[in-house]
Amino acid sequence: MTAVADRTENKEPRGTDSMVMTLLRAREVGIALLIVVVVLVTAVNNSHFIDRNSIEQLLSGAALIALLGVGETLVIVTRNVDLSVGSVLGLSAYIVGDLFKYHHIPAWSGFVIGTLVGVAAGALNGFIVTVMRVPSLVVTLGMLYVIRGIDGVIVSGDRIDPEAIPGGFAAVGYKDIFGIPWLAIIVAVVVAVVGYAMRSFRASRDLYAIGSNPDAAALAGIPIERRVFSAFLISGALAGLGGALFLALHTQIDNSGGMGYELSVVAAVVVGGVAIFGGSGTVVGAALGAVLLNTINQALVASRISAFWNQAVAGALLLAAIAFDRWLSLRVTKTLKSAEGAHREL
Amino acid sequence: MSSDLAVPMTKPQTPPPAGGRKRRLWREGARWETGLVVVLIGVLIFGSVKSPTFTDPSTIFFFGINSGYLAIMALPVTFVVMTGEIDLSVASMLGLSGATVGFLWHHGWSIWPCFLAALVVGLVGGALNGLLVARFGLPSIAVTIGTLTLFRGLAEVLLGSQTIPGLGDREFPQWLTNIGANSIPGTQFSWSMLFFVVLAVIFGVILHATPLGRSMVAIGLQPEAAQFAGIRVNRIKFWLFVVSGVLSAFAGILLTLQNASVSYSAGTGLELNVVAIVLFGGVSIFGGRGTIFGVVLSVVIVGSLQMALTQINVSADKQNIVTGVLLLISVIVPNGGDALRRIRERIRRRRTPAALKSA
Amino acid sequence: MTEVPARLVLEGATKSFGPVVALGDGSITLYPGEAHALLGENGAGKSTLVKILGGVYDPDAGTLTIDGERAVFGGPADAQAAGVSIIYQEPSLFPDLTVAENIFMGRQPRSTGRRIDRRAMEREARATFTRLGVHLDPSRPARGLSVADQQIVEIAKALSFNARVFVMDEPTAALTTVEVLRLFEVIKTLRAQGAAVLFISHRLEEVFACCQRVTIMRDGRFVRSAPVEELTIDDIIRSMVGRDLEALFPKTETTPGDVVLEVQDLNSEGVFHDISFTVRAGEIVALAGLVGAGRSEVARAVFGIDRRTSGTVRIGGHALRNGDARAAMAAGMALVPEDRRQQGLVMDLGIDQNVALASLSQLTRMGLIFRGSERRLADTWAGKLQLKFGRLRNAVSTLSGGNQQKVVLGKWLARGPRLLIIDEPTRGIDVGTKAEVHRILDGLVADGMAVLMISSELPEVLGMADRVLVLREGRLTAELSRAEADETSIMRAATGQNVEIAA
Repeated sequence: MTAVADRTENKEPRGTDSMVMTLLRAREVGIALLIVVVVLVTAVNNSHFIDRNSIEQLLSGAALIALLGVGETLVIVTRNVDLSVGSVLGLSAYIVGDLFKYHHIPAWSGFVIGTLVGVAAGALNGFIVTVMRVPSLVVTLGMLYVIRGIDGVIVSGDRIDPEAIPGGFAAVGYKDIFGIPWLAIIVAVVVAVVGYAMRSFRASRDLYAIGSNPDAAALAGIPIERRVFSAFLISGALAGLGGALFLALHTQIDNSGGMGYELSVVAAVVVGGVAIFGGSGTVVGAALGAVLLNTINQALVASRISAFWNQAVAGALLLAAIAFDRWLSLRVTKTLKSAEGAHREL
Repeated sequence: MSSDLAVPMTKPQTPPPAGGRKRRLWREGARWETGLVVVLIGVLIFGSVKSPTFTDPSTIFFFGINSGYLAIMALPVTFVVMTGEIDLSVASMLGLSGATVGFLWHHGWSIWPCFLAALVVGLVGGALNGLLVARFGLPSIAVTIGTLTLFRGLAEVLLGSQTIPGLGDREFPQWLTNIGANSIPGTQFSWSMLFFVVLAVIFGVILHATPLGRSMVAIGLQPEAAQFAGIRVNRIKFWLFVVSGVLSAFAGILLTLQNASVSYSAGTGLELNVVAIVLFGGVSIFGGRGTIFGVVLSVVIVGSLQMALTQINVSADKQNIVTGVLLLISVIVPNGGDALRRIRERIRRRRTPAALKSA
Repeated sequence: MTEVPARLVLEGATKSFGPVVALGDGSITLYPGEAHALLGENGAGKSTLVKILGGVYDPDAGTLTIDGERAVFGGPADAQAAGVSIIYQEPSLFPDLTVAENIFMGRQPRSTGRRIDRRAMEREARATFTRLGVHLDPSRPARGLSVADQQIVEIAKALSFNARVFVMDEPTAALTTVEVLRLFEVIKTLRAQGAAVLFISHRLEEVFACCQRVTIMRDGRFVRSAPVEELTIDDIIRSMVGRDLEALFPKTETTPGDVVLEVQDLNSEGVFHDISFTVRAGEIVALAGLVGAGRSEVARAVFGIDRRTSGTVRIGGHALRNGDARAAMAAGMALVPEDRRQQGLVMDLGIDQNVALASLSQLTRMGLIFRGSERRLADTWAGKLQLKFGRLRNAVSTLSGGNQQKVVLGKWLARGPRLLIIDEPTRGIDVGTKAEVHRILDGLVADGMAVLMISSELPEVLGMADRVLVLREGRLTAELSRAEADETSIMRAATGQNVEIAA
């Protein structure tokens, strides 16, 4: 029985624990540091980069992608993907603008209606994915077309101009508190709330379980379909809210709003450390990923490097992020295995 | 404990439901391709009735011009999807290939080296995808979203906002742009259609009648079993991505000739159209299932529907809706029966325990 | 004893998957305070029965009663709510989540505002581990845990339910003797608390050490139930097998020939170390050991599915390239893998295409494959192996487990190999086909093939092998001749401890 005694007493597990946690945490911290580095390096070359204006612009630009990234994180964590977010954003923005222009609805209701448009789209996505059991990549790709098409049909060559937008609504897009745009504050609140919820509630932990091992999730009695449906619903809702915020920011909209956002959002989420095959990643990481990509874009502009380099750099960065993720997870697994080996040989 | 337990109570045994078998047989009979032929006939009738110009021979030519380069990309993407991966970077590679031609042409290269360089770019880009997916085991959807952005970005770096040939540039050789813009003499077939047909035959034979094709099917259905049967899973995947890159570059050259000019944004967003064509052709997104014949039918259906809708002035937006709905139908219909059965089953299972709990 | 009401009664449960009847008559009665062994060979329907008790499968017929009340499970959650807690044979953990969260998934302790109380969760997990006498860090992710530790997490998970019935499907397969003894202590406590424990194990000595009653199944059907003291090992085996052991394990005496496979100092970092052995023509060498000891990993590295860190593999004196399965195949090696459904077969392809899959390049004419040639090949081997099938183009998923295994064998024998590595040759196969597979192996060896066999079933190892190699935690710990090998000597080498559990 000595072996048993060894096992219970000799091994102090704190060592592996903290090491692993450092490795895992490093992702968010690493991205935040990278953002700071990019900002500082650029600011040295061009002091205008840390002007109030420039920072506001940076935050507002990142905010929308970050907001959509929050919903996308929920979906990707469950081993699914939502490619329809850009189209949903565009449709929601136009519908809200249309209602302002022709029906003069009150400013606050714009946000509610925008969100509801998203909820409807998310519910449809979620229904097809969970009830029809169709791969989400295909469903949301189809919905990307369909919603963009519906958007175009509704718009039919019209556009909403700034005059049609109520002042109170547009204020969300341009006003700020202590130099931080309202838009960024709203998104930060969403990130904080959802980020906290993702850690602290059973239902949100179910999402991670589903993505980590779907079969085991079923054995554990997790209502998989209901949870995945909710993830799509929330992703849709946030994309819809994003539409209203997009309108508030740009105060004009035609049928091209949010076009191509889906790939930027997925890129931001992946750069932010959310595993594309589910099970791990945080909302905060995704939001930081959005800020990083946007910061780099702006930095290229400020450094007077041709804006033509934007996409190429973003693409290279995305590839680097995926590769880094892989490397990190291999490292973590190896660390954990060797920690385990030590423990078993006692 | 009591020994009477040793005698089990036997219940009258209900035979297992035969639904599973029957469904499979039904599915084998009503192949997806059969459905596609019916849809194609429907589309042709619709076009002939609704559009006065649909039956003109020129429709075939414009169909080739509009669909040829897309269709060429659909073939290698079919192979990639057969193995359970996906390549979303094809349209960006098409753009990068055109940009390479334009950039080198602008800098005084003659046309053949330009083409060769574009194909090499395709090869390198495809190899990059293949390396990251097959060698490093990264998820292809993430990798090719990355290279989608990267390739388009590089195209932008090469050309900036200029269109080649611009002011002061030589025009592309007339006879080459004729190949792009004219039909094969004496027919209504565009040259790109000819290339597609030849490639489709080659791809069809490879997929359905060679060890390589069978290996791709096995990889798509059960990658581990394929590996245990001695199939070089990663090597095959690598080369499929390379082929995808090269043929996308080739499609980019064709598009450049067709337009007689090139800008960095050529073909933006077409990756989704290509994927839609492949999936509508009956290729399973999970890999292992599908035929080249189905993809060819899908090309013709989507292309001719587009022609008909354009001819009767249906807006591009409505055409988008049609593309999306086609894509959704292609995945929902095969699952519809299963879904209904599952829903019924769930209602049944939910009802019984509830009734018993309350009792 | 009849005055004690039964805790759980399952009567006449049946379950079929398409044409395959997994369970023809699942019946079992568990009383409070007893540990009840469920015995049967692989494929006898034990795991199907377990999954019905766990609400994973909805039985086609039969009734389940718990504490006198009829129970119908709509899913695993219902079974948990009814107080049935299951340890499944295959650990099913969430690699990305912490050990504590794995244990309490869906039932995490909560504080105010329905928030998860992580500290309480980890405290409770730690308490459960202490009870099991192991030390695992509850806050580490499950990724990277060894098979044994995964099994321990599964046991902890089951214990953390306040269950009335515990079902343990081969919980000891990967555990060392000391850990097994701890588990038995825990089972004793559970019994004292009035719970019923259903215990499944292939090691009969464990059954005698910890269980009071035994139920035996064969071919998906209930055979008998009896108190453990009324049974001898011979009784049990006869009931399980339903025939004499000699018929099940035919053994032709052969004289081994030349060395076919020579493995020298094979290493794979963190998996196995310094493995050296040879296999000669005309002999069966068995590779025995606990689950997770690295047996399949050795086979994969020898065949070239996985790359080895160092060491050499020779076939007939010819060294094989590292990580190149094709070269191994060309040199005359064949591998029938452990997991038939994932690794052995492409389930949705036809019988003919599966048989042809490893011989594609030999079947081509002008680079093309014709269906006729595939069918001829499959037809030949279906005949030789007495395959029972409808049509050759039918998907292999429609076949029974035994016939599926014959398709895998046919696929490899069609290449005419010199060395056959076969991993768990009869897992999940009915008894009749099992004997057939053994006869096929015996015939192959009699014809001079070299066979390396991995098996978790000791009777199979003892009945078929000419020599037995034993692996423990990635190292070869014993090489036993047919005369030296018995249950005790193998288990001692496999666990590194004495196996006198039955004391």
